[in-house]
Amino acid sequence: MAEVLMFNALRAAIDEEMARDETVFVMGEDVGQYGGSYKVTKGLYEKYGEMRVLDTPIAENSFTGMAIGAAMTGLRPIIEGMNMGFLLLAFNQISNNAGMLRYTSGGNFKIPIVIRGPGGVGRQLGAEHSQRLEAYFQAVPGLKIVACSTTYNAKGLLKAAIRDPNPVLFFEHVLLYNLKEDLPDQEYLLPLDKAEIVRPGKDVTILTYSRMRHHVLQAVKTLEKSGFDPEVIDLISLKPLDMEAIAASVQKTHRVIIVEECMKTGGIGAELTASINDQLFDELDAPVLRLSSQDIPTPYNGTLENLTIVQPTQIVEAVQKMVALRV
Amino acid sequence: MVQERTLPVLQTSPAAITREEGLRVYEDMILGRFFEDKCAEMYYRGKMFGFVHLYNGQEAVASGVIKAMRSDDYVCSTYRDHVHALSAGVPPNQVMAELFGKATGCSKGRGGSMHLFSAEHRLLGGFAFVAEGIPIATGAALQTKYRREALHDASADQVTACFFGDGASNNGQFFECLNMAALWKLPILFVVENNKWAIGMAHDRATSDTEIYKKAKAFGMHGVEVDGMDVLAVRTVAQEAVARARAGEGPTLIEALTYRFRGHSLADPDELRSKEEKDFWFSRDPIKKLAAYLIEQDLAKEKDLKAIEKKIQIAIDDAVTFAESSPEPDPSELHHYIFAD
Ligand SMILES: Cc1ncc(C[n+]2csc(CCOP(=O)(O)OP(=O)(O)O)c2C)c(N)n1
Ligand SMILES: [Mg+2]
Repeated sequence: MAEVLMFNALRAAIDEEMARDETVFVMGEDVGQYGGSYKVTKGLYEKYGEMRVLDTPIAENSFTGMAIGAAMTGLRPIIEGMNMGFLLLAFNQISNNAGMLRYTSGGNFKIPIVIRGPGGVGRQLGAEHSQRLEAYFQAVPGLKIVACSTTYNAKGLLKAAIRDPNPVLFFEHVLLYNLKEDLPDQEYLLPLDKAEIVRPGKDVTILTYSRMRHHVLQAVKTLEKSGFDPEVIDLISLKPLDMEAIAASVQKTHRVIIVEECMKTGGIGAELTASINDQLFDELDAPVLRLSSQDIPTPYNGTLENLTIVQPTQIVEAVQKMVALRV
Repeated sequence: MVQERTLPVLQTSPAAITREEGLRVYEDMILGRFFEDKCAEMYYRGKMFGFVHLYNGQEAVASGVIKAMRSDDYVCSTYRDHVHALSAGVPPNQVMAELFGKATGCSKGRGGSMHLFSAEHRLLGGFAFVAEGIPIATGAALQTKYRREALHDASADQVTACFFGDGASNNGQFFECLNMAALWKLPILFVVENNKWAIGMAHDRATSDTEIYKKAKAFGMHGVEVDGMDVLAVRTVAQEAVARARAGEGPTLIEALTYRFRGHSLADPDELRSKEEKDFWFSRDPIKKLAAYLIEQDLAKEKDLKAIEKKIQIAIDDAVTFAESSPEPDPSELHHYIFAD
């Protein structure tokens, strides 16, 4: 066991996979000589050379398409989105060619590619650097979407994403890179399609992902003191949703609160709510409640920014209210 | 009528091509032409659907470039992709079956006219969005360089040919990829098929400098214009570019001046192009030009060419029979091919 920071755990995942498989390589803006805007690829350029840690010009759509072309012809590229929001410029390639090409080609080509980088709302970065593209991309068929949330799961999930033969959008969170955790010395991988039961409980199921997991856990500390027993599930896989794990929990608690950082309209929670209503309606004792970010561009001002995303106190109140309503 | 550019003349020496190669190229062009004519017929008979973009008139470009390449080289096309696929070696049966939406199509009936793929024949697509194939092709070329340099694979000397239109050359992906391909000396041919029109948008209304090949210079890349109705000229230019790419000397931008003999797609009424303009280009039919050359140079006799035409007509009739008698995709397999295991 050794205490590791999340960005170093991510780097170790990439490093181990590059050492294990020489077709794995990294490309993106400032990933090489500069070491990555959040230092996830620091030192890899020196270790593996400029071809395997390829600094690209600022041309998101094209270098994403190039990675897809390289993947179709047998390599396993990892693209770093300097900020995941910049991948709006690569929406064409991610949707048409990462997501759909395997299908439209009738299975002719595989696209083993990982598109990773910092997402989420940071600290006063302004609207454009605070986007949550997981919500925008979730409708694209053929993509797997994963959000890591701890140093431990970041490493195991990224390694699994790199080995997956399909395109994986891998969301890190800009405010979680400095999380610290003891990691096992031996190698481990985590499944990409399984939710994580963070805290078992019986009163209510709280579904969350990425940084909001930590807001939820803060709220849970308060709730525990007054005797509440919520079950906390980190979705991990935003697409496909692990409905099996969700069903097992809802069958136990019969109540669901979703806590997410994306906006409410067209968000991950919207899809989750619909799926739960479709598949588990009879299990519900109360309507599914969504705590989401406001449907506005994230404001720069700190106070306004805090009002835009869900805060732990809102989670506490929501749980109290929902559980108190139990019939 | 849009002002015609003076077509570049490339002096092809009589020894430019052997009889065998000349007939091979002729056969490839005939295959392209006859296949497309059959598509028009089948479309109007309700056998194929959606948007179907035919390649008539442009055959010298596909045949001139692809027949100058090896079978392990990569080819990347657009939505006007039937003939690139055929030249790359995808059997006409598989292409026709795909257009009929059948399970035996090269994309298993999932792709259609604008999404032809064949990993076996190194056909990277079939891309329905303008210009989006350019990065894919550039990535395939990056892959070759990667194998050579990072994996020390000396056999990695494949070249990628990336085809697209004049319209696509105004898109950012074109410029971005020219930059990266030149920067990293990637083994790729960017082949612009300048047929003067992007649907109804005349090239000179869409671009600041109509001579597309000159844009290579801004990237420190070789740029060359060629008469796209002269297959031997295209072939000569392509051979030079392929040799340069294979030798690790980087990419080439080839602008082939050509013309489509039909509307943009089979749904296009084709009302904007003038009769004079069309007549001018019809008189420059690339297939007739090659036939005349082969006979003039005594490389072939009229009857050799007729024999090829007959053979291809049979192959295409067979393709229609194959497509017609092929099964529809199994509805229980609707969800196949989303993910790889
Ligand atoms: C991104 C995108 N925008 C618009 C279209 C519609 N569209 C299809 S073909 C075409 C014209 C392209 O012209 P050009 O690149 O010259 O190729 P050509 O059709 O002449 O072969 C347009 C605008 C499209 N398919 N994709
Ligand atoms: Mg055109």
